Amino acid sequence: MGSTSSTLLKIPNVEVLMQETGFSPAHMIRLHDRFKALDKEGRGHLCPQDFGAIKELAMNPIGDRIIGAFFCPGKETVDFHTFVKILAHFRPVDKNRPKEPNSPEPINSRSNKLRFAFQLYDQDKDGKISRDELLKVLQAMLGMQVTEEQLESIADRTIQEADLDRDDAISFEEFRKVSPEILHSRCFIKV
Amino acid sequence: MEGAWEIAFVLFQVWLSIVVGLIVLPAMFGVSLGFTDIYIRVLVKTLEWATLRIQRGQKEQPTLPSQSANGIIEKDDGSMEEEIGELRRSHPKNLVGGDFTMCDAFYFCKKGIENIVEDQVTQRFTSEELASWNLLTRTNNNFRYISVRLTIIWGLGVFIRYCILLPLRITLAVIGLSWLVIGTTIVGLLPSSNAKNWLSDLVHITCYRICARGLSATIRYHNKENRPKKGGICVANHTSPIDIVILANDGCYAMVGQVHGGLMGVIQRSMVLSCPHVWFERSEMKDRHAVAKRLKDHIADKTKLPILIFPEGTCINNTSVMMFKKGSFEIGRTIYPVAIKYDPQFGDAFWNSAKYNIVSYLLRMMTSWAIVCNVWYLPPMTRQDGEDAVQFANRVKSAIAHQGGLVDLSWDGGLKREKVKESLKEEQQKMYSSMIVAICACGDGSLIKKA
Repeated sequence: MGSTSSTLLKIPNVEVLMQETGFSPAHMIRLHDRFKALDKEGRGHLCPQDFGAIKELAMNPIGDRIIGAFFCPGKETVDFHTFVKILAHFRPVDKNRPKEPNSPEPINSRSNKLRFAFQLYDQDKDGKISRDELLKVLQAMLGMQVTEEQLESIADRTIQEADLDRDDAISFEEFRKVSPEILHSRCFIKV
Repeated sequence: MEGAWEIAFVLFQVWLSIVVGLIVLPAMFGVSLGFTDIYIRVLVKTLEWATLRIQRGQKEQPTLPSQSANGIIEKDDGSMEEEIGELRRSHPKNLVGGDFTMCDAFYFCKKGIENIVEDQVTQRFTSEELASWNLLTRTNNNFRYISVRLTIIWGLGVFIRYCILLPLRITLAVIGLSWLVIGTTIVGLLPSSNAKNWLSDLVHITCYRICARGLSATIRYHNKENRPKKGGICVANHTSPIDIVILANDGCYAMVGQVHGGLMGVIQRSMVLSCPHVWFERSEMKDRHAVAKRLKDHIADKTKLPILIFPEGTCINNTSVMMFKKGSFEIGRTIYPVAIKYDPQFGDAFWNSAKYNIVSYLLRMMTSWAIVCNVWYLPPMTRQDGEDAVQFANRVKSAIAHQGGLVDLSWDGGLKREKVKESLKEEQQKMYSSMIVAICACGDGSLIKKA
């Protein structure tokens, strides 16, 4: 018969992980089980095809980008550590956390959540969302439902509204300004 | 040495006669000597005690997280419109018009991440999780050591299941199947007549009853007045090959399926001798019209038994009902829906064909505690005017899901093996584009804001 604490110990560096991400032991076990379930061949890491096997994700217009967010540039695999760290972005914000000046920003801060969303657009990671990158996302979300010209118009207008320094691209600060407050309270992992 | 063999042989004969006398013969006549009932009752009491003991043990160690069978996601069940609407309303510029905003992507991102942590489809192709442990090693998910007594009971359970029940069940299965093959072959020799049909039914039903005993199956049939009649089509949700044994214990059906080789082929060929079943060659299965025609011909003949079909096309884990393939519903006759729900506490009946082959699966079945299930016969349904086959199929599916307490999903069970169709992604894109008010189907491509 297995024991819960021994299952927790099977996860390498679990203490550090829990501290960094803020997940509870129950969540860690749950996520570890999910990781193992997705890792059908038991290799100890996930590759893009494992994510692609999730049917509802395959149906998501920006599913490919979301999957891409898990993989560092150049890497074809993601281990459990990285998996959990990325999911930690979507934990609810800890409102009661004391603001220590020297501690690193928690993964699930509003800022980091926005950064995650920003990187979905900014695929070349140059810190700006260019018109082309915006077009690509629009293309993904709208597909064949709109014409090229309509896409371009939407892109133009969006940049016009958000681009404050008139460099024809949207920086992270500009992105932050046009993002709603409610973004940080869109938590969906039970505390 | 000689003496030992003789003794072994005598013991074997004694045992065999006990099995035949106390189990096979009563089973054939549909009489229950009550052993299974007593067994189940003892089992229920033991499992209840075990559950209480585990709960007590968990309370004494509050630092350990208790099992939560619920997901870890707190899902908003809003539609795409509602959720994106909410995102937009809290926009710094307080947009009301419904133009595209960069944060719309966040809706899709959130849904995507939710699905990575937990999705509705993948979990249907693996066994259901139990809320509390049922003393089988295979369902042990983080149930830790609690007490000596519990461990002893578990050990006793292992011994009983593997050393006593397993040999017994294998014997019964062998007897049952041999009886089916021999019996149907003999009946096949008779000329066509009412007597032949009656005997054929008898042979089939007794064989299935023996097989059911071979699984320690306790089946409760509800609403027997709705039992499928000749010339009709019986549809049921599919969890495992055992479904056939479960249903055929209470009635005779014409089976539909692919021709197999080996032992399965032998059984199939002999079954056909005594009464008509519908076995398809692999090549025939590809031609939908040929398949439909053969089924139509079968049910047109009112003397033939009702066909048994599983429209999901694959085994699902008995927590949900997936999309019904419309083929069976196009034939246009009375459909007799049947809902089958297994009680997972006594043994998980789901056949995960990706993980286990048929032999490992049957061995797992035979080393579970028992198979306990409920079968509900639903009132017959026919296609109504103005309803096409797909709508009819969905209607039947909802009825079955509702009766069996299963989740009604519109996903295709074929997704177990195949990829998601592009059309599903296009639907998402269509839904989203309809929310971008600034777009209108103008030929010149210019943007005109709707009022």
